[in-house]
Amino acid sequence: MSKTENAALALGNKSKFHEFVDSFGLPRLIIAGFLLVLFIMAPIVGADLPTQITNTINRFSWNAVLVLAMVPMVHSGCGLNFGLPLGIISGLLGATMSIQFGFTGPMSFVMAIVIATPFALIFGGGYGWLLNKIKGGEMMIATYVGFSSVSFMCMMWLLLPYSSPTMVWGLSGKGLRTTISLEGFYDKVLANFLQINIGNLSIPVGSLAFFALLAFLMWAFLHTKTGTAMTAVGSNPAFARASGINIDKMRLLSVVMSTWLAAVGILVYEQGFGFIQLYMAPFYMALPAVSAILIGGASVNKASITNVIIGTFLFQGIVTMTPTVMNSMIHMDMSEVIRIVVSNGMILYALTRKTEGAK
Amino acid sequence: MMNNNTPLLEMRNIKKEFFGNQVLTDINFTLDAGQVLGLAGENGAGKSTLMKLLFGMDVIRETGGYGGDVLINGEKVNFATPFDALNAGIGMVHQEFSLIPGFTATENILLNREPKKRNIVSEIFGDRLDTLDYKEMNQRSAQAIDKMGVKIDANMVISDMPVGHKQFTEIARELSKDQLKLLILDEPTAVLTEKEAEALLDSIRGLAAKGISVIFITHRLHEILTVCDKVVIMRDGYVVKDVPARETDVADITKWMVGRNIQSSAQTESKIDPNAKTILSIQHLWVDMPGETVRNVSLDIKEGEILGIGGLAGQGKLGIPNGVMGLYEAGGKVIFDGKEIPLNSPRVCLDASLAFVSEDRRGVGLLLDETLEWNVAFSAMQIQNKFLKKYLGGLITWRDEKAIHDVTQKYIDELMIKCTSSLQKAKELSGGNQQKVCLAKAFALEPKFLFVSEPTRGIDVGAKSLVLEALKKFNRERGVTVVMISSELEELRITCDRIAIVSGGKIAGILPATESSEKFGMLMVSQVK
Repeated sequence: MSKTENAALALGNKSKFHEFVDSFGLPRLIIAGFLLVLFIMAPIVGADLPTQITNTINRFSWNAVLVLAMVPMVHSGCGLNFGLPLGIISGLLGATMSIQFGFTGPMSFVMAIVIATPFALIFGGGYGWLLNKIKGGEMMIATYVGFSSVSFMCMMWLLLPYSSPTMVWGLSGKGLRTTISLEGFYDKVLANFLQINIGNLSIPVGSLAFFALLAFLMWAFLHTKTGTAMTAVGSNPAFARASGINIDKMRLLSVVMSTWLAAVGILVYEQGFGFIQLYMAPFYMALPAVSAILIGGASVNKASITNVIIGTFLFQGIVTMTPTVMNSMIHMDMSEVIRIVVSNGMILYALTRKTEGAK
Repeated sequence: MMNNNTPLLEMRNIKKEFFGNQVLTDINFTLDAGQVLGLAGENGAGKSTLMKLLFGMDVIRETGGYGGDVLINGEKVNFATPFDALNAGIGMVHQEFSLIPGFTATENILLNREPKKRNIVSEIFGDRLDTLDYKEMNQRSAQAIDKMGVKIDANMVISDMPVGHKQFTEIARELSKDQLKLLILDEPTAVLTEKEAEALLDSIRGLAAKGISVIFITHRLHEILTVCDKVVIMRDGYVVKDVPARETDVADITKWMVGRNIQSSAQTESKIDPNAKTILSIQHLWVDMPGETVRNVSLDIKEGEILGIGGLAGQGKLGIPNGVMGLYEAGGKVIFDGKEIPLNSPRVCLDASLAFVSEDRRGVGLLLDETLEWNVAFSAMQIQNKFLKKYLGGLITWRDEKAIHDVTQKYIDELMIKCTSSLQKAKELSGGNQQKVCLAKAFALEPKFLFVSEPTRGIDVGAKSLVLEALKKFNRERGVTVVMISSELEELRITCDRIAIVSGGKIAGILPATESSEKFGMLMVSQVK
């Protein structure tokens, strides 16, 4: 083989490599590489690998539904749902009321979803109506909707007439506590269902199956006539309008879907985590979900179920793995710092790419 | 000045191409100081490109510069930016207003060139903090307005002004520049009432008398004849005629503008069936489409014909389909097949078996980020429930990917769309092929009536004839009534049976396609009362 041929081949490989990086996304590649290094490092620094994998899968199962909640709004062109806390609040209302009304065990989980649903529909409807008024600035307004709903509910958690002794402050007997244990209610109802245990490795099959069911329904919805229309609205609203689609209705539907998924998502999170967290907690749920789907390769106006799965796995993998590995290595807790750098960095990256695409 | 032999402006062999399309070829003309030059030509003849070139606009440089020389007072110049052109004494008033709505006329006229007074703060922090000298500003703007010879209130805020006064403010801004030698007016009268236009023409004469040269672009040919010293007529990027204004008339100019051999290109097999029933009747339609306002259009379209709608840009021809199909706010009455169609509702029109291929291919016509399959099948799927599989007794409607693939493939073959596969993204196709996809989308709806707006805009010659052939075939073989809107008269004449010409938001007249170009030209520039 002559020298020039070699050079051409090298060039070809190089462009192929570039193509691969382009299609897979540089940040996704870096993070996947980083996670791989963490998994390799874990046994070396003395952490138990099966336990680590179990933790990663667990955290994946807690968070995946919240990330899935991003999909409908991205499809309809409403952008990333920074207003996720609104849906989470619906879920929290469902959770607390289910306990208040005296449901226990698995039934309390079912009832939490049932009670949360009307709240999610109403809040989502109002939120969607608002977003239809401010087309083009959705993500900014969504952020503030999230902020203000959390602050409003901080007051309401104190004022609403809850009386269940498991939830209210011990001394005064009124107002909800910041953290409520779910023991005896729906703690790990999904996770323990059909759980597989092999040595230190355990897989929460129930939680994963529940997510798989929702993800399948979402995938199926996107293949229906309405789902197709929703994607078209996000892809080119003018085209959709000229094809006789009611754009506002589609956007509203997507926001309601996203809000309901967020409500269910927080309930799934709670059953895995074992606690209900109120007050400022919903505030911190939106950014990890947004960055997870972005790491998964979604953009501001394109997202798939695969993006959700890959993104949640990578993001939660890093969040779980870094403390163990880093702590063993340098005896310093870096995980929080890395989590913040990764999540905010991803969002920033996605927003810069949006302007690039929209020129 | 007049005995000086060097002209103020001379263009020598100007050439310009955009991405391989020759838009200007060997442009030569001269303009003396104090002369008014009228520049006429159809849309796309190259007038605007020529003026952009003269004014040093970025777009010219970004697309590879130009060939030939521009000489001002006998010296070769090459403006890198509009600022250089301004410094050389060239002023330009664009078709669109570039004024700040919340500022007064005076402030707009002297923007960034205000006379200033020094104050304590600016002594310390530099001249950006000087105070404005309003007294001096008022004087200067009053002078500029006086130069025009019209009365406008210099202290009125722009947003409160009638359109005409805005136009005058723009001109006053150019006049307030002391070095101004050449003023370019790009269709300044298009937005003016007749009286305002009259005043503007007067002030142009006044300017010329003061030694300022003017290049005046307009579609109203009689204005050129009243005010200009010489007329330059452009067609397809060439200067076809350069004559003194007093030696010509409207009919001549029209003929030169439209040009081409009249007999050869006309539709040979045009069929006009006087007994055909009216399928679509438009009565007193108005459409509020920015830049293409329709004022009062009444039009009857016969079943099975191809009707062309032509006219100059901005006269409202594009507003007609957009209004009927509900994409822009409209009023009036539209009766299709004996039933009245409510306006402002795209869905109802589509349900009634009307279809529309938009002139805004990339904006409205296509899902650029989606596959060809989606683009072709989407409308038919949403409107007519085609390409869907039903499960659970119609509760779930599932996309039928195979049917979608088949129909897309059928149109890819039929219209010879060049693509790697039916799963290619629409944005990756060339303009001509994108246009074919838009047609395929409309054909897939199998409509009874089709509006096609500017089907050949921005596509190459080969694709053009294919698109026109496809339309004709669609009409002849399936009996679909087609209304085609186009800026290119020749294209209408080879495709259509009858052609309606729109002027000033109204129908100026309807003629068989076999009529001579001059007659169409006369209609285009006529004023409909």
